[in-house]
Amino acid sequence: MFQKYLKNINWGVKMAKNEILICAGTACVSAGAEEIKAKFEEEFRKLNMTEDYECKTVISSTGCVGPCSLGPVAIVKADNTFYGHLKSENVPKIVKQHLQQGKIVEELLTEEDGEKIEDFKDIRFMKKQKRIALRNTGIIDPNKIEEYLERNGYQALKNILKQMTPLEVIEEIKDSGLRGRGGAGFPTGLKWSFAHQNKADQKYIICNADEGDPGAFMDRSILEGDPHSIIEAMAIAGYVIGADQGFVYVRAEYPLAVKNLKIAIKQAENTGFLGSNIYGGDFSFNLEVRVGAGAFVCGEETALIASIEGKRGQPSTKPPYPANSGLWGKPTVINNVETLANIVPIINQGSQWFNSIGTEKSKGTKVFAVAGDVKETGLVEVPMGTTLREIIFEIAGGIADGKEFKAAQIGGPSGGTIPKEYLDLKIDYESLAEIGAIVGSGGLVIMDEDNSMVDVARFFLDFTEDESCGKCTPCRIGTKRMLDILEKILAGKANSDDLVKLEKLAKVIQETSLCGLGQTAPNPVLSTLEFFRDEYEELITDAEEVN
Amino acid sequence: MAAIKLGELDHILEKHSSKKGNLIPVLHEIQEEIGYLPTEVQRYVSQNLGVAMSKIYGVISFYSFFTTEPKGEHTIGVCMGTACYVKGAEDILMRLKEELGIETGQTTEDNKFTMTMTRCLGTCSMAPVIMIDDQVHGNLTAENVPEILKKY
Repeated sequence: MFQKYLKNINWGVKMAKNEILICAGTACVSAGAEEIKAKFEEEFRKLNMTEDYECKTVISSTGCVGPCSLGPVAIVKADNTFYGHLKSENVPKIVKQHLQQGKIVEELLTEEDGEKIEDFKDIRFMKKQKRIALRNTGIIDPNKIEEYLERNGYQALKNILKQMTPLEVIEEIKDSGLRGRGGAGFPTGLKWSFAHQNKADQKYIICNADEGDPGAFMDRSILEGDPHSIIEAMAIAGYVIGADQGFVYVRAEYPLAVKNLKIAIKQAENTGFLGSNIYGGDFSFNLEVRVGAGAFVCGEETALIASIEGKRGQPSTKPPYPANSGLWGKPTVINNVETLANIVPIINQGSQWFNSIGTEKSKGTKVFAVAGDVKETGLVEVPMGTTLREIIFEIAGGIADGKEFKAAQIGGPSGGTIPKEYLDLKIDYESLAEIGAIVGSGGLVIMDEDNSMVDVARFFLDFTEDESCGKCTPCRIGTKRMLDILEKILAGKANSDDLVKLEKLAKVIQETSLCGLGQTAPNPVLSTLEFFRDEYEELITDAEEVN
Repeated sequence: MAAIKLGELDHILEKHSSKKGNLIPVLHEIQEEIGYLPTEVQRYVSQNLGVAMSKIYGVISFYSFFTTEPKGEHTIGVCMGTACYVKGAEDILMRLKEELGIETGQTTEDNKFTMTMTRCLGTCSMAPVIMIDDQVHGNLTAENVPEILKKY
């Protein structure tokens, strides 16, 4: 029965012997990737090489191949040679000299510290990375299920359906030490076990792809570049907890992620990886995409559930937790995109392998979206426990324009600011919590000496004040008042009493807000107050002297 | 603006009629088709889905993507994410206001552009960015704003 489906798959027949991968990420496209692709195709036609070579756009996402600031980029798949900052006029030479005669075009290679780099994996931006969640992004064409299958796709689903009980899978995920990558870091296996234990007739799996933290874009990149890995992981989660229906809740700001995901779901349905009796067994699973409508609070799980139900996305008190009473009152597991992207590798390579990566309590890798005042920006996946110094100075090439590092903002509006004293701190859930920051979703915005930390705090309060859903008073009115004080300080009209009020207010909002949005909204202020208090005080002293 | 033929929305309502929690997908698709969600459309949706008008208005006013005002031919979203902010999004916004002679949330007189501020578009490595319709323009400076507008 299932074999019938597999015949529908186009097992590589149309693939050329060799490939040149051209990144079609948003960054590369805006730098001229489409023109480069057209030029390659033109050369292939001219030299009659169309059967030997396929010029393939790999991905259409911002995270894409990775080093966005080197775009447009191309990689010769056979030997992994990396060409960055490509221009149309370079293409004929690459085709003739490299593809036809096998000689790398030295003068077009990327130069780092006086050395020409040949292999993509050896460029500074990639060398220290360990890609698990991003294993396929930038390598496969997200719109071709065949390419996912070639890389062992849907084998993990097959293996668990044939050989493992739901409890065995839960044990495996628990042993791996995987924790939620959306921010809170809750153990994934434990979450699954709660929903598994519930005996309800209907259960749901939701993938939280409402990646709202400004500065974070790894979930977008995974959905755009490797949607099947999320579909497979959700089917596995469905089998484990006993759900036959899943939803992916994607934010409306990500049209391409929605498109690629919908294409992938159709393909998975046509080939029998979604739908009834998957792999010929009793397990059935369907998946639906729901698009958000521009409300940051919907990343909070109870608000997200309300939104899927067609209501205003306002959070509700916990307990009950969604694992007991979630979507339409049924047990529901909500996992973040990056968390799900780790499931298939754990099943395929075993919990011990995953558990051996990272620090004592934070296992595996974390993807960081590195942006701001650094030389090279993009997605960086490194083992938990990597230091900020390694990410900023070794991978991202240091601060741009010869300026000094001042601070890194991590975790968006719920996160904190890390000053240079902590550059050597190992980044994991525990050590960041100790200094009042969070891993959060992994947005990492690097700031140089020119940035005012008080203004950064104001920026985030402006954000949370606007995004507060209005349900509970501390968040609705408190964030507004905090913003007022910050604006007063910046306008040079504050006095030292205002600073006292600001701190007091921050503590009250943290303790009394209904959901995570409000509880964490004061973090950017508290953390800048801790590390950059002098900037606040200076503005206030100046104001007091003038007035 | 041509009058809206409510009957032409039936295919959307039918497509989602049996789905649980169908209000938001229905509003999305209608807005995609006619650009906005005026009261008459809300009333039609209310009658067809059996959802109270107050609930529909509650949803539309809660989510920033839904609008009850018609939009211009192109929508410009100026990204106000952290990376864009650090990299000078305010300058881009100022220049756009100057060039178009409108504030955010407004539409130009010739009905060509509507300008909005958006949340992080996730293209932080090209900051600062704007999105015109579905197309992202990155690595902007205030100087190249007019050039980009000319393309539309």
